[in-house]
Amino acid sequence: MSSTDFATLVRDDRVLTPMYTDEAIFEEEMDRIFKNTWVWVAHASDVPTGNTFKTSWVGREPVIVTRDKQGKIHTLLNRCRHRAASVCEKRKGKASVFVCPYHGWSYDVDGKLRKVPHISGYGEGLDTDDYGLVSLRTEEYNGMIFATFKDDIQPLVEFLGSAKKWIDLFMKQGGGYGVKTLGEHRFRFPGNWKIQLENTTDAYHFPIVHKTFLDSLDPEAENVFQVLAHGGWVEDLGNGHSVMVMIPDLIDLEDNLDAPIPQRFEELAKELAAEGMPDDQVRRVVRAVGGSGFNLNLFPNVACSMAFFRVLRPIEVDETEIMHVAIGMDGGPDAANRMRLRLHEHFQGPMGFGTPDDAEGWERVQRGARAGQDLWVMVNRGVDAPEGVAAPGHNAGDVSAETGMRAAYQMWKRMMTA
Amino acid sequence: MSTIAEPLNRSDAAAAPSLQDAIQFVWAEADMLDRLDYKAWLPLWTEDGRYIVPTERDISDYDDRLNILNDDAEMRQARVKRLLSGFSMSSAPPARTVRTVSRFVPVVVEDGAITLRAAMIMVEYKYERMRTMAADVVYRIVSTADGLKLDRKIVTLVNCDDYQHGIGYLL
Ligand code: FES
Ligand SMILES: [Fe+2]
Repeated sequence: MSSTDFATLVRDDRVLTPMYTDEAIFEEEMDRIFKNTWVWVAHASDVPTGNTFKTSWVGREPVIVTRDKQGKIHTLLNRCRHRAASVCEKRKGKASVFVCPYHGWSYDVDGKLRKVPHISGYGEGLDTDDYGLVSLRTEEYNGMIFATFKDDIQPLVEFLGSAKKWIDLFMKQGGGYGVKTLGEHRFRFPGNWKIQLENTTDAYHFPIVHKTFLDSLDPEAENVFQVLAHGGWVEDLGNGHSVMVMIPDLIDLEDNLDAPIPQRFEELAKELAAEGMPDDQVRRVVRAVGGSGFNLNLFPNVACSMAFFRVLRPIEVDETEIMHVAIGMDGGPDAANRMRLRLHEHFQGPMGFGTPDDAEGWERVQRGARAGQDLWVMVNRGVDAPEGVAAPGHNAGDVSAETGMRAAYQMWKRMMTA
Repeated sequence: MSTIAEPLNRSDAAAAPSLQDAIQFVWAEADMLDRLDYKAWLPLWTEDGRYIVPTERDISDYDDRLNILNDDAEMRQARVKRLLSGFSMSSAPPARTVRTVSRFVPVVVEDGAITLRAAMIMVEYKYERMRTMAADVVYRIVSTADGLKLDRKIVTLVNCDDYQHGIGYLL
Protein backbone atom coordinates (compact mmCIF):
# COMPACT_ATOMS: atom_id res chain seq x y z
CA MET A 1 0.00 0.00 0.00
CA SER A 2 1.52 3.34 -0.95
CA SER A 3 1.66 6.19 1.51
CA THR A 4 -1.02 8.19 -0.30
CA ASP A 5 -3.63 5.53 0.37
CA PHE A 6 -3.73 5.85 4.15
CA ALA A 7 -6.01 8.86 4.12
CA THR A 8 -8.69 6.86 2.33
CA LEU A 9 -8.88 4.36 5.22
CA VAL A 10 -10.18 6.90 7.71
CA ARG A 11 -13.23 9.09 7.31
CA ASP A 12 -14.58 11.37 10.02
CA ASP A 13 -16.91 8.74 11.42
CA ARG A 14 -15.68 5.38 10.09
CA VAL A 15 -12.57 3.38 9.27
CA LEU A 16 -12.05 0.67 6.68
CA THR A 17 -11.75 -2.98 7.75
CA PRO A 18 -8.13 -3.58 6.52
CA MET A 19 -7.10 -1.26 9.40
CA TYR A 20 -7.35 -4.40 11.55
CA THR A 21 -6.09 -7.03 9.14
CA ASP A 22 -3.52 -5.68 6.69
CA GLU A 23 0.07 -6.56 7.59
CA ALA A 24 1.53 -3.81 5.42
CA ILE A 25 -0.52 -1.18 7.26
CA PHE A 26 0.71 -2.60 10.57
CA GLU A 27 4.36 -2.35 9.49
CA GLU A 28 3.86 1.26 8.47
CA GLU A 29 2.16 2.05 11.80
CA MET A 30 5.14 0.74 13.70
CA ASP A 31 7.34 3.23 11.82
CA ARG A 32 5.11 6.22 11.35
CA ILE A 33 3.41 6.14 14.75
CA PHE A 34 5.39 4.13 17.30
CA LYS A 35 8.81 5.38 16.16
CA ASN A 36 7.54 8.89 15.73
CA THR A 37 5.85 10.00 18.93
CA TRP A 38 5.93 9.80 22.72
CA VAL A 39 5.38 6.22 23.86
CA TRP A 40 4.75 5.35 27.53
CA VAL A 41 7.48 3.13 28.96
CA ALA A 42 7.18 3.14 32.77
CA HIS A 43 5.86 4.80 35.89
CA ALA A 44 8.39 6.64 38.05
CA SER A 45 7.78 4.17 40.91
CA ASP A 46 9.03 1.33 38.68
CA VAL A 47 12.49 2.89 39.01
CA PRO A 48 12.20 4.35 42.51
CA THR A 49 15.86 5.03 43.38
CA GLY A 50 19.28 5.41 41.79
CA ASN A 51 20.52 2.32 39.90
CA THR A 52 17.09 0.74 39.45
CA PHE A 53 15.65 -0.40 36.14
CA LYS A 54 12.62 -1.83 34.40
CA THR A 55 12.49 -3.48 30.99
CA SER A 56 9.82 -2.22 28.61
CA TRP A 57 9.09 -1.56 24.94
CA VAL A 58 8.83 1.35 22.54
CA GLY A 59 6.59 -0.09 19.87
CA ARG A 60 8.18 -3.44 19.10
CA GLU A 61 11.66 -2.51 20.32
CA PRO A 62 12.77 -3.78 23.74
CA VAL A 63 14.20 -1.10 26.02
CA ILE A 64 15.53 -0.74 29.56
CA VAL A 65 14.27 2.22 31.57
CA THR A 66 16.89 3.15 34.16
CA ARG A 67 17.40 5.74 36.85
CA ASP A 68 21.02 6.76 37.36
CA LYS A 69 22.65 7.74 40.64
CA GLN A 70 21.79 11.40 40.03
CA GLY A 71 18.12 10.45 39.64
CA LYS A 72 17.98 11.04 35.89
CA ILE A 73 15.88 8.62 33.87
CA HIS A 74 17.14 6.98 30.68
CA THR A 75 15.53 4.75 28.08
CA LEU A 76 18.10 2.47 26.44
CA LEU A 77 17.68 0.01 23.60
CA ASN A 78 18.15 -3.44 25.11
CA ARG A 79 20.78 -4.47 22.60
CA CYS A 80 24.51 -4.85 23.05
CA ARG A 81 26.49 -2.72 20.62
CA HIS A 82 28.91 -5.59 19.98
CA ARG A 83 26.85 -8.35 18.38
CA ALA A 84 23.34 -7.44 19.50
CA ALA A 85 22.70 -9.68 22.52
CA SER A 86 20.08 -8.34 24.92
CA VAL A 87 21.91 -7.03 27.98
CA CYS A 88 19.06 -7.38 30.48
CA GLU A 89 16.35 -10.03 30.68
CA LYS A 90 14.95 -9.19 34.10
CA ARG A 91 11.59 -7.49 34.46
CA LYS A 92 12.71 -5.06 37.14
CA GLY A 93 15.51 -4.64 39.63
CA LYS A 94 18.63 -2.90 40.82
CA ALA A 95 21.86 -2.61 38.83
CA SER A 96 24.79 -0.24 38.71
CA VAL A 97 26.08 -1.80 35.51
CA PHE A 98 24.74 -3.98 32.70
CA VAL A 99 27.23 -6.64 31.64
CA CYS A 100 26.51 -8.33 28.35
CA PRO A 101 26.63 -12.07 29.04
CA TYR A 102 28.01 -12.95 25.58
CA HIS A 103 31.48 -11.33 25.46
CA GLY A 104 31.37 -9.17 28.55
CA TRP A 105 30.99 -5.62 27.27
CA SER A 106 29.68 -3.59 30.18
CA TYR A 107 27.51 -0.47 30.24
CA ASP A 108 26.71 2.17 32.83
CA VAL A 109 23.04 2.73 33.68
CA ASP A 110 23.08 5.86 31.50
CA GLY A 111 24.12 3.63 28.56
CA LYS A 112 27.81 4.61 28.38
CA LEU A 113 30.11 1.76 27.32
CA ARG A 114 32.25 1.20 30.39
CA LYS A 115 34.58 -1.66 29.57
CA VAL A 116 35.43 -3.96 26.67
CA PRO A 117 37.34 -7.13 27.64
CA HIS A 118 40.70 -7.41 25.84
CA ILE A 119 40.15 -4.11 24.10
CA SER A 120 43.69 -4.32 22.71
CA GLY A 121 42.32 -6.71 20.08
CA TYR A 122 40.82 -3.67 18.36
CA GLY A 123 44.17 -1.91 18.06
CA GLU A 124 43.33 1.79 17.93
CA GLY A 125 40.08 0.94 16.15
CA LEU A 126 37.44 1.17 18.88
CA ASP A 127 36.37 4.43 20.50
CA THR A 128 34.14 3.42 23.44
CA ASP A 129 32.31 6.74 23.17
CA ASP A 130 30.80 5.53 19.89
CA TYR A 131 29.38 2.30 21.30
CA GLY A 132 27.15 3.11 24.23
CA LEU A 133 23.65 1.60 24.41
CA VAL A 134 21.38 3.65 22.15
CA SER A 135 19.62 6.16 24.39
CA LEU A 136 16.17 7.48 23.49
CA ARG A 137 14.84 10.90 24.34
CA THR A 138 12.95 10.48 27.63
CA GLU A 139 10.61 12.88 29.46
CA GLU A 140 8.30 12.59 32.45
CA TYR A 141 5.04 14.18 33.47
CA ASN A 142 3.62 13.58 36.96
CA GLY A 143 5.26 10.16 37.22
CA MET A 144 4.36 9.04 33.69
CA ILE A 145 7.58 8.30 31.77
CA PHE A 146 7.56 8.43 27.97
CA ALA A 147 10.32 7.87 25.43
CA THR A 148 10.67 8.61 21.74
CA PHE A 149 13.02 7.82 18.88
CA LYS A 150 12.54 11.39 17.60
CA ASP A 151 14.77 14.19 18.77
CA ASP A 152 12.84 16.91 16.99
CA ILE A 153 9.21 16.42 18.02
CA GLN A 154 7.44 18.67 20.51
CA PRO A 155 8.24 18.30 24.22
CA LEU A 156 6.11 15.78 26.13
CA VAL A 157 4.14 18.41 28.04
CA GLU A 158 3.06 20.01 24.78
CA PHE A 159 2.11 16.66 23.30
CA LEU A 160 -0.04 15.86 26.35
CA GLY A 161 -1.66 19.29 26.26
CA SER A 162 -5.20 19.22 27.68
CA ALA A 163 -4.63 15.67 28.94
CA LYS A 164 -2.29 16.99 31.66
CA LYS A 165 -5.16 18.23 33.79
CA TRP A 166 -6.68 14.73 33.75
CA ILE A 167 -3.36 13.08 34.62
CA ASP A 168 -3.16 15.38 37.63
CA LEU A 169 -6.71 14.46 38.68
CA PHE A 170 -5.97 10.77 38.16
CA MET A 171 -2.95 10.87 40.47
CA LYS A 172 -5.16 12.09 43.33
CA GLN A 173 -5.95 8.44 43.95
CA GLY A 174 -2.72 8.42 45.91
CA GLY A 175 -5.02 9.73 48.68
CA GLY A 176 -2.36 12.17 49.84
CA TYR A 177 0.46 9.67 49.35
CA GLY A 178 2.40 9.14 46.17
CA VAL A 179 1.20 6.74 43.49
CA LYS A 180 3.15 3.51 43.01
CA THR A 181 2.76 0.44 40.85
CA LEU A 182 1.76 -2.72 42.77
CA GLY A 183 2.03 -5.38 40.07
CA GLU A 184 0.64 -6.12 36.66
CA HIS A 185 -1.55 -8.51 34.78
CA ARG A 186 -0.30 -9.28 31.31
CA PHE A 187 -2.45 -10.91 28.71
CA ARG A 188 -2.64 -11.17 24.94
CA PHE A 189 -5.54 -11.37 22.58
CA PRO A 190 -5.47 -12.35 18.93
CA GLY A 191 -6.47 -8.98 17.53
CA ASN A 192 -5.22 -5.64 16.28
CA TRP A 193 -3.96 -3.02 18.74
CA LYS A 194 -6.47 -0.41 17.62
CA ILE A 195 -9.34 -2.64 18.74
CA GLN A 196 -8.08 -2.23 22.29
CA LEU A 197 -7.30 1.45 21.79
CA GLU A 198 -10.96 1.99 20.93
CA ASN A 199 -12.19 0.11 23.98
CA THR A 200 -10.84 2.38 26.70
CA THR A 201 -13.32 5.12 25.88
CA ASP A 202 -16.15 2.78 24.84
CA ALA A 203 -18.81 2.98 27.55
CA TYR A 204 -21.42 1.67 25.13
CA HIS A 205 -20.26 -1.94 25.64
CA PHE A 206 -20.06 -1.78 29.42
CA PRO A 207 -23.58 -2.82 30.54
CA ILE A 208 -23.68 -5.61 27.94
CA VAL A 209 -20.22 -7.15 28.14
CA HIS A 210 -19.80 -6.54 31.87
CA LYS A 211 -23.22 -7.68 33.03
CA THR A 212 -21.71 -10.49 35.13
CA PHE A 213 -19.33 -8.02 36.78
CA LEU A 214 -22.26 -5.73 37.64
CA ASP A 215 -24.20 -8.72 38.99
CA SER A 216 -21.35 -9.50 41.37
CA LEU A 217 -21.50 -6.10 43.13
CA ASP A 218 -23.61 -4.89 46.01
CA PRO A 219 -26.56 -2.74 44.86
CA GLU A 220 -24.85 0.55 45.75
CA ALA A 221 -21.66 -0.29 43.86
CA GLU A 222 -23.71 -1.70 40.99
CA ASN A 223 -25.42 1.65 40.69
CA VAL A 224 -22.07 3.46 40.63
CA PHE A 225 -20.99 1.24 37.71
CA GLN A 226 -24.12 1.92 35.65
CA VAL A 227 -21.80 4.08 33.60
CA LEU A 228 -24.41 5.20 31.08
CA ALA A 229 -26.69 6.57 33.79
CA HIS A 230 -24.78 9.36 35.47
CA GLY A 231 -24.54 12.11 32.87
CA GLY A 232 -20.96 11.36 31.90
CA TRP A 233 -19.32 12.42 28.68
CA VAL A 234 -16.44 11.76 26.27
CA GLU A 235 -14.16 14.56 25.23
CA ASP A 236 -11.55 14.87 22.49
CA LEU A 237 -8.42 16.31 24.14
CA GLY A 238 -6.37 16.77 20.98
CA ASN A 239 -3.39 14.78 19.60
CA GLY A 240 -5.48 11.61 19.67
CA HIS A 241 -6.03 11.76 23.44
CA SER A 242 -9.49 11.54 24.93
CA VAL A 243 -11.23 11.25 28.26
CA MET A 244 -14.40 9.33 29.06
CA VAL A 245 -16.07 10.46 32.26
CA MET A 246 -18.24 7.63 33.58
CA ILE A 247 -18.84 8.80 37.14
CA PRO A 248 -18.79 12.60 37.25
CA ASP A 249 -18.96 12.50 41.08
CA LEU A 250 -15.54 10.89 41.09
CA ILE A 251 -13.66 13.30 38.85
CA ASP A 252 -11.96 15.04 41.75
CA LEU A 253 -11.20 12.63 44.58
CA GLU A 254 -10.54 15.52 46.96
CA ASP A 255 -14.11 16.81 46.62
CA ASN A 256 -17.11 15.64 48.65
CA LEU A 257 -15.07 14.24 51.49
CA ASP A 258 -18.10 14.58 53.79
CA ALA A 259 -20.23 12.22 51.71
CA PRO A 260 -21.30 8.97 53.42
CA ILE A 261 -18.81 6.12 53.06
CA PRO A 262 -20.02 3.58 50.48
CA GLN A 263 -20.97 0.17 51.84
CA ARG A 264 -18.15 -1.69 50.14
CA PHE A 265 -15.57 0.53 51.86
CA GLU A 266 -17.12 0.54 55.35
CA GLU A 267 -14.93 -2.23 56.68
CA LEU A 268 -11.79 -0.58 55.35
CA ALA A 269 -12.81 2.72 56.97
CA LYS A 270 -13.23 0.96 60.31
CA GLU A 271 -9.88 -0.76 59.95
CA LEU A 272 -8.09 2.51 59.19
CA ALA A 273 -9.82 4.28 62.08
CA ALA A 274 -8.82 1.42 64.39
CA GLU A 275 -5.20 1.97 63.31
CA GLY A 276 -5.55 5.51 64.65
CA MET A 277 -5.95 7.40 61.38
CA PRO A 278 -7.83 10.68 61.84
CA ASP A 279 -11.32 10.80 60.32
CA ASP A 280 -10.60 13.30 57.54
CA GLN A 281 -7.63 11.23 56.37
CA VAL A 282 -9.71 8.03 56.52
CA ARG A 283 -12.28 9.68 54.25
CA ARG A 284 -9.64 10.86 51.84
CA VAL A 285 -8.01 7.41 51.60
CA VAL A 286 -11.31 5.57 51.32
CA ARG A 287 -12.55 7.87 48.58
CA ALA A 288 -9.28 7.35 46.70
CA VAL A 289 -9.30 3.56 46.99
CA GLY A 290 -11.95 2.96 44.33
CA GLY A 291 -10.09 5.09 41.78
CA SER A 292 -11.15 7.96 39.55
CA GLY A 293 -14.44 8.08 37.71
CA PHE A 294 -12.89 8.43 34.27
CA ASN A 295 -10.71 6.75 31.66
CA LEU A 296 -8.04 8.90 30.06
CA ASN A 297 -6.75 7.49 26.79
CA LEU A 298 -3.31 8.75 25.73
CA PHE A 299 -2.44 8.07 22.11
CA PRO A 300 -0.96 5.65 21.17
CA ASN A 301 -0.28 3.15 23.96
CA VAL A 302 -1.37 4.02 27.50
CA ALA A 303 -4.52 4.81 29.43
CA CYS A 304 -5.08 5.99 32.96
CA SER A 305 -8.18 3.94 33.63
CA MET A 306 -10.13 4.29 36.90
CA ALA A 307 -7.55 2.70 39.21
CA PHE A 308 -4.83 1.33 36.95
CA PHE A 309 -2.66 1.94 33.91
CA ARG A 310 -3.64 0.10 30.79
CA VAL A 311 -0.70 -0.32 28.45
CA LEU A 312 -0.90 -1.81 24.99
CA ARG A 313 1.95 -3.35 23.08
CA PRO A 314 1.46 -4.24 19.43
CA ILE A 315 2.93 -7.67 18.64
CA GLU A 316 1.61 -8.49 15.17
CA VAL A 317 -1.20 -7.16 13.02
CA ASP A 318 -3.50 -9.62 14.80
CA GLU A 319 -1.81 -10.02 18.18
CA THR A 320 -1.69 -7.46 20.99
CA GLU A 321 -0.44 -7.60 24.54
CA ILE A 322 -2.16 -5.64 27.29
CA MET A 323 -0.71 -4.83 30.67
CA HIS A 324 -3.07 -3.79 33.43
CA VAL A 325 -0.81 -2.21 36.00
CA ALA A 326 -2.31 -2.08 39.50
CA ILE A 327 -1.40 1.10 41.36
CA GLY A 328 -1.60 1.98 45.02
CA MET A 329 -0.57 4.47 47.65
CA ASP A 330 3.18 4.81 48.07
CA GLY A 331 3.71 4.67 51.82
CA GLY A 332 -0.05 4.46 52.35
CA PRO A 333 -1.84 2.06 54.70
CA ASP A 334 -1.42 -1.65 53.85
CA ALA A 335 -5.13 -2.26 54.32
CA ALA A 336 -5.95 0.29 51.61
CA ASN A 337 -3.42 -1.15 49.18
CA ARG A 338 -4.67 -4.68 49.86
CA MET A 339 -8.19 -3.53 49.07
CA ARG A 340 -6.98 -1.99 45.82
CA LEU A 341 -5.29 -5.28 44.90
CA ARG A 342 -8.49 -7.25 45.55
CA LEU A 343 -10.58 -4.75 43.55
CA HIS A 344 -8.08 -5.00 40.70
CA GLU A 345 -8.22 -8.82 40.76
CA HIS A 346 -12.01 -8.66 40.77
CA PHE A 347 -12.28 -7.00 37.34
CA GLN A 348 -8.87 -7.20 35.68
CA GLY A 349 -6.53 -9.88 34.58
CA PRO A 350 -6.87 -13.06 32.55
CA MET A 351 -9.42 -14.51 35.02
CA GLY A 352 -11.09 -11.31 36.23
CA PHE A 353 -14.83 -10.68 36.06
CA GLY A 354 -14.35 -8.14 33.27
CA THR A 355 -11.19 -8.55 31.23
CA PRO A 356 -11.75 -12.02 29.71
CA ASP A 357 -15.07 -10.78 28.37
CA ASP A 358 -13.44 -7.69 26.87
CA ALA A 359 -10.75 -9.89 25.33
CA GLU A 360 -13.39 -12.19 23.89
CA GLY A 361 -15.13 -9.18 22.34
CA TRP A 362 -11.91 -7.93 20.79
CA GLU A 363 -11.08 -11.36 19.41
CA ARG A 364 -14.56 -11.51 17.89
CA VAL A 365 -13.90 -8.18 16.15
CA GLN A 366 -10.72 -9.58 14.64
CA ARG A 367 -12.45 -12.79 13.56
CA GLY A 368 -15.37 -10.89 12.07
CA ALA A 369 -13.04 -8.51 10.24
CA ARG A 370 -11.98 -11.42 8.00
CA ALA A 371 -15.27 -10.78 6.27
CA GLY A 372 -15.97 -7.75 4.12
CA GLN A 373 -12.64 -5.97 3.58
CA ASP A 374 -14.56 -3.24 1.78
CA LEU A 375 -16.92 -2.63 4.73
CA TRP A 376 -16.61 0.26 7.16
CA VAL A 377 -16.14 -0.06 10.92
CA MET A 378 -18.54 2.51 12.32
CA VAL A 379 -17.49 4.96 15.02
CA ASN A 380 -20.29 7.42 14.40
CA ARG A 381 -22.17 7.41 17.71
CA GLY A 382 -22.31 10.94 18.99
CA VAL A 383 -24.94 12.49 21.18
CA ASP A 384 -24.58 16.04 22.44
CA ALA A 385 -22.66 16.33 25.66
CA PRO A 386 -24.55 17.39 28.77
CA GLU A 387 -24.44 21.18 29.12
CA GLY A 388 -21.22 22.81 30.17
CA VAL A 389 -19.16 19.79 31.14
CA ALA A 390 -16.49 19.56 28.48
CA ALA A 391 -13.83 22.24 28.21
CA PRO A 392 -15.12 25.07 25.97
CA GLY A 393 -14.08 24.55 22.38
CA HIS A 394 -13.63 20.83 22.86
CA ASN A 395 -15.35 18.24 20.78
CA ALA A 396 -17.48 16.16 23.16
CA GLY A 397 -20.40 13.76 23.23
CA ASP A 398 -22.40 11.88 25.84
CA VAL A 399 -20.67 9.04 27.66
CA SER A 400 -21.64 6.43 25.05
CA ALA A 401 -20.47 8.54 22.11
CA GLU A 402 -17.58 7.32 19.97
CA THR A 403 -15.84 10.68 20.19
CA GLY A 404 -12.70 9.15 21.71
CA MET A 405 -12.29 6.69 18.85
CA ARG A 406 -12.78 9.42 16.30
CA ALA A 407 -10.11 11.48 18.09
CA ALA A 408 -7.65 8.58 17.94
CA TYR A 409 -8.34 7.82 14.29
CA GLN A 410 -7.91 11.44 13.26
CA MET A 411 -4.50 11.40 14.96
CA TRP A 412 -3.74 8.10 13.24
CA LYS A 413 -4.56 9.68 9.90
CA ARG A 414 -2.45 12.75 10.65
CA MET A 415 0.57 10.67 11.58
CA MET A 416 0.20 8.12 8.79
CA THR A 417 -0.05 10.76 6.07
CA ALA A 418 2.52 13.23 7.43
CA MET B 1 9.79 -24.37 47.35
CA SER B 2 12.44 -26.84 46.21
CA THR B 3 11.86 -29.27 43.41
CA ILE B 4 13.24 -32.14 45.47
CA ALA B 5 10.80 -33.93 47.73
CA GLU B 6 11.50 -32.87 51.29
CA PRO B 7 11.17 -35.50 54.00
CA LEU B 8 7.63 -35.58 55.26
CA ASN B 9 6.99 -33.28 58.16
CA ARG B 10 4.88 -35.62 60.28
CA SER B 11 3.62 -33.91 63.40
CA ASP B 12 0.43 -35.77 64.24
CA ALA B 13 -0.73 -37.69 61.26
CA ALA B 14 -3.35 -39.70 63.09
CA ALA B 15 -6.48 -38.21 61.55
CA ALA B 16 -4.93 -36.81 58.36
CA PRO B 17 -6.35 -37.95 55.01
CA SER B 18 -4.26 -40.68 53.44
CA LEU B 19 -2.22 -39.82 50.40
CA GLN B 20 -4.35 -42.13 48.32
CA ASP B 21 -7.61 -40.50 49.49
CA ALA B 22 -6.17 -37.05 48.86
CA ILE B 23 -5.16 -38.00 45.31
CA GLN B 24 -8.62 -39.41 44.62
CA PHE B 25 -10.07 -36.16 45.87
CA VAL B 26 -7.83 -34.09 43.58
CA TRP B 27 -8.77 -36.21 40.57
CA ALA B 28 -12.44 -35.89 41.36
CA GLU B 29 -12.03 -32.11 41.54
CA ALA B 30 -10.17 -32.00 38.22
CA ASP B 31 -12.93 -34.02 36.62
CA MET B 32 -15.58 -31.64 37.99
CA LEU B 33 -13.77 -28.61 36.59
CA ASP B 34 -13.38 -30.14 33.13
CA ARG B 35 -17.09 -31.02 33.17
CA LEU B 36 -17.96 -27.48 34.37
CA ASP B 37 -19.75 -29.00 37.34
CA TYR B 38 -19.15 -25.86 39.37
CA LYS B 39 -22.24 -26.26 41.56
CA ALA B 40 -20.77 -29.48 42.93
CA TRP B 41 -17.35 -27.87 43.17
CA LEU B 42 -18.36 -25.10 45.60
CA PRO B 43 -19.16 -27.39 48.56
CA LEU B 44 -15.80 -29.12 48.17
CA TRP B 45 -14.33 -26.14 50.01
CA THR B 46 -13.95 -25.32 53.69
CA GLU B 47 -15.56 -22.08 54.75
CA ASP B 48 -12.19 -20.30 55.09
CA GLY B 49 -10.73 -21.98 52.03
CA ARG B 50 -8.62 -19.86 49.71
CA TYR B 51 -8.28 -20.36 45.98
CA ILE B 52 -5.26 -18.49 44.62
CA VAL B 53 -3.66 -18.10 41.20
CA PRO B 54 -0.61 -15.86 41.69
CA THR B 55 1.27 -13.69 39.18
CA GLU B 56 4.64 -14.44 40.76
CA ARG B 57 6.53 -17.59 41.70
CA ASP B 58 8.09 -18.42 45.05
CA ILE B 59 6.13 -16.02 47.18
CA SER B 60 4.18 -16.61 50.36
CA ASP B 61 2.37 -13.34 51.13
CA TYR B 62 -0.31 -13.62 48.46
CA ASP B 63 -2.60 -11.08 50.13
CA ASP B 64 -0.13 -8.23 49.70
CA ARG B 65 0.61 -9.09 46.06
CA LEU B 66 -1.33 -8.88 42.87
CA ASN B 67 -2.76 -12.27 41.92
CA ILE B 68 -4.71 -13.49 38.93
CA LEU B 69 -7.27 -14.47 41.52
CA ASN B 70 -7.37 -14.69 45.31
CA ASP B 71 -10.83 -15.94 46.21
CA ASP B 72 -12.54 -16.46 49.51
CA ALA B 73 -15.90 -18.23 49.75
CA GLU B 74 -17.88 -15.18 48.64
CA MET B 75 -15.74 -14.59 45.56
CA ARG B 76 -15.84 -18.27 44.61
CA GLN B 77 -19.61 -18.16 44.71
CA ALA B 78 -19.74 -14.98 42.66
CA ARG B 79 -17.30 -16.50 40.18
CA VAL B 80 -19.36 -19.65 39.73
CA LYS B 81 -22.52 -17.59 39.34
CA ARG B 82 -20.80 -15.56 36.63
CA LEU B 83 -19.39 -18.56 34.77
CA LEU B 84 -22.74 -20.36 34.76
CA SER B 85 -24.89 -17.30 34.07
CA GLY B 86 -24.76 -17.56 30.30
CA PHE B 87 -24.08 -13.80 30.16
CA SER B 88 -20.30 -13.94 30.24
CA MET B 89 -19.09 -13.69 26.68
CA SER B 90 -15.83 -15.52 27.46
CA SER B 91 -17.49 -18.50 29.13
CA ALA B 92 -20.67 -18.91 27.11
CA PRO B 93 -19.52 -21.13 25.63
CA PRO B 94 -16.20 -21.62 27.42
CA ALA B 95 -13.17 -23.26 25.91
CA ARG B 96 -13.21 -27.03 26.37
CA THR B 97 -10.54 -28.27 28.73
CA VAL B 98 -8.90 -31.56 29.53
CA ARG B 99 -6.49 -31.61 32.45
CA THR B 100 -4.41 -34.15 34.21
CA VAL B 101 -2.94 -33.81 37.69
CA SER B 102 0.03 -35.91 38.67
CA ARG B 103 3.53 -35.97 40.24
CA PHE B 104 2.09 -35.81 43.74
CA VAL B 105 4.43 -35.01 46.59
CA PRO B 106 3.07 -34.88 50.14
CA VAL B 107 4.64 -31.85 51.79
CA VAL B 108 3.09 -31.63 55.23
CA VAL B 109 0.94 -34.11 57.09
CA GLU B 110 -0.56 -32.67 60.24
CA ASP B 111 -3.51 -33.09 62.50
CA GLY B 112 -6.41 -33.79 60.18
CA ALA B 113 -4.82 -32.30 57.08
CA ILE B 114 -2.47 -33.11 54.27
CA THR B 115 -0.71 -30.67 51.96
CA LEU B 116 0.30 -31.92 48.53
CA ARG B 117 2.31 -30.57 45.69
CA ALA B 118 1.36 -31.67 42.19
CA ALA B 119 1.80 -30.92 38.50
CA MET B 120 -1.15 -30.03 36.31
CA ILE B 121 -1.09 -30.15 32.51
CA MET B 122 -4.13 -28.83 30.76
CA VAL B 123 -5.17 -28.43 27.15
CA GLU B 124 -7.85 -25.94 26.15
CA TYR B 125 -9.66 -25.84 22.86
CA LYS B 126 -11.67 -22.99 21.38
CA TYR B 127 -11.97 -21.24 18.03
CA GLU B 128 -9.97 -23.73 15.92
CA ARG B 129 -7.10 -23.49 18.36
CA MET B 130 -5.45 -25.59 21.07
CA ARG B 131 -3.45 -24.13 23.93
CA THR B 132 -1.43 -25.98 26.54
CA MET B 133 -1.02 -24.76 30.08
CA ALA B 134 1.10 -26.16 32.87
CA ALA B 135 1.05 -25.38 36.56
CA ASP B 136 2.47 -26.35 39.90
CA VAL B 137 -0.45 -26.81 42.26
CA VAL B 138 -0.47 -26.94 46.05
CA TYR B 139 -3.52 -28.49 47.70
CA ARG B 140 -4.33 -28.48 51.39
CA ILE B 141 -7.00 -31.08 52.09
CA VAL B 142 -8.61 -31.52 55.50
CA SER B 143 -10.72 -34.23 57.07
CA THR B 144 -14.07 -33.01 58.37
CA ALA B 145 -17.22 -34.64 59.63
CA ASP B 146 -18.56 -34.08 56.08
CA GLY B 147 -15.65 -35.86 54.46
CA LEU B 148 -12.58 -34.35 52.79
CA LYS B 149 -12.61 -30.64 52.04
CA LEU B 150 -10.35 -28.37 50.05
CA ASP B 151 -8.84 -25.69 52.27
CA ARG B 152 -6.22 -24.21 50.01
CA LYS B 153 -5.49 -24.49 46.32
CA ILE B 154 -2.66 -22.47 44.84
CA VAL B 155 -2.25 -22.80 41.10
CA THR B 156 1.09 -21.36 39.99
CA LEU B 157 1.19 -21.38 36.21
CA VAL B 158 4.62 -22.14 34.80
CA ASN B 159 4.44 -18.75 33.04
CA CYS B 160 2.51 -16.96 35.78
CA ASP B 161 4.63 -13.79 35.49
CA ASP B 162 4.34 -13.67 31.71
CA TYR B 163 1.30 -12.99 29.58
CA GLN B 164 -1.79 -15.22 29.59
CA HIS B 165 -4.79 -15.26 27.32
CA GLY B 166 -8.30 -14.63 28.57
CA ILE B 167 -9.32 -17.66 30.68
CA GLY B 168 -13.07 -18.25 30.80
CA TYR B 169 -13.07 -21.31 33.09
CA LEU B 170 -11.51 -22.45 36.37
CA LEU B 171 -7.96 -23.69 36.84
S1 FES C 1 27.21 -9.39 22.05
FE1 FES C 1 27.49 -8.25 23.83
S2 FES C 1 29.59 -8.45 24.27
FE2 FES C 1 29.34 -9.54 22.44
FE1 LIG D 1 -14.76 -3.47 28.92
